[in-house]
Amino acid sequence: MITAAVLAALATACALGSWRFTTARWTSRAPRLAVIVWQSLGLAWGLATTGAMLAFAVQPYGTGVLQGLIAFGRGETPPEAWDPLHVLALIAGLTALAVLVVVLIMAGVQALRARRRHRMVLALISRDDPGVPGVRVLDHPGAAAYCVPGLRSQVVVSEGALKLLSEDELAAVLAHESAHVRERHDLVLLPFAALRRALPWSKVVADAQSQVELLIEMAADDRARRYCSPRRLATALLRFGTAGAMPTPQGMLGVHAQHVMARVDRLIKPGPELAAPARYGFIALSVGLLTATPFLWVIPL
Amino acid sequence: MDILWAQSSALTAREVGRLIADRDLAPTTVMTVLDRLTRKGFLERTRDGRAWRYQPAESRDAYIAELMLEALDMTGDRSAALTRFAQAVSGTEAEILRRVLTELEEE
Repeated sequence: MITAAVLAALATACALGSWRFTTARWTSRAPRLAVIVWQSLGLAWGLATTGAMLAFAVQPYGTGVLQGLIAFGRGETPPEAWDPLHVLALIAGLTALAVLVVVLIMAGVQALRARRRHRMVLALISRDDPGVPGVRVLDHPGAAAYCVPGLRSQVVVSEGALKLLSEDELAAVLAHESAHVRERHDLVLLPFAALRRALPWSKVVADAQSQVELLIEMAADDRARRYCSPRRLATALLRFGTAGAMPTPQGMLGVHAQHVMARVDRLIKPGPELAAPARYGFIALSVGLLTATPFLWVIPL
Repeated sequence: MDILWAQSSALTAREVGRLIADRDLAPTTVMTVLDRLTRKGFLERTRDGRAWRYQPAESRDAYIAELMLEALDMTGDRSAALTRFAQAVSGTEAEILRRVLTELEEE
């Protein structure tokens, strides 16, 4: 009973923490750390929510969550009799766990499929440009620069982007994209996109996804600025933002403009680094979350 | 593929092979490539006597548009398949960005 209560409290704390964290201001000063905090919050929330239900459900066995589930899977009869409430909790917990796992796998498969198709079409219609070696060029007047992640990642820019940007700016954009490639940012985004699909009505999840998207862009900006002038990266960003080469559908504009401005601001006027105590505090929080939940799954209190 | 896009009519494998003049490819190679592209849905083929005639399923521009839509995240599903540099904004927001851009350039 205590395990279930503690896990439920932890799940609530994670949900509240995420809600508070969507408006945190320090994140742009340490984007990588913020991404790690988001990841641990997300994982801990998922494990704690499902764990709380299952811990209550397997109570008749008088063991930990995992051992209880294994015993149930083997068809052992618990020492105490089942009652409807525990059965209900078992069904709810297993369903929630299955939904989370299935949605994550589906998102992964879907992304892989979309990428494979994208890569195939790219191979047919893109061309090499002697001016930008190693980069695929798309003959389109619109401005686009992106990367198709994977084992063999490809960086793609459109003809329009080549025209739009100066040489320095193009170099900055390419440095940014190769940072995405090197740090496999797509893998960071995947679980959040999946969670968004599982809980489409949750505002916190939507905000979290959008935050993480912004944070990994900032992380890539940080890496890119080691190789190029931050000012050029900022002007490239602004040029992209104002290009508006294609009509943009309604309802998704606000976030983008804010994101672009937030990134430009920190490139031009970098904020002070996060103080060491705060940094270690957040690292400790992440480690704590990531060890506490699995611990509670195995050890009954 | 470029050769097929440049032609208005459907071609047989032999004709395609003749048009790839700059490289000396075996007819079977051309046939294999055409067959694979067909299986992946990029080409459509029709029977013409003993040979197949191939033509592109869609125009080159349609494929470019498809990629650009995905690149600019306009398919609406916000999937994590690609990572993009930045997205375009419009209207008053673009105006604000433009102003900042001029300021930065003047400095």
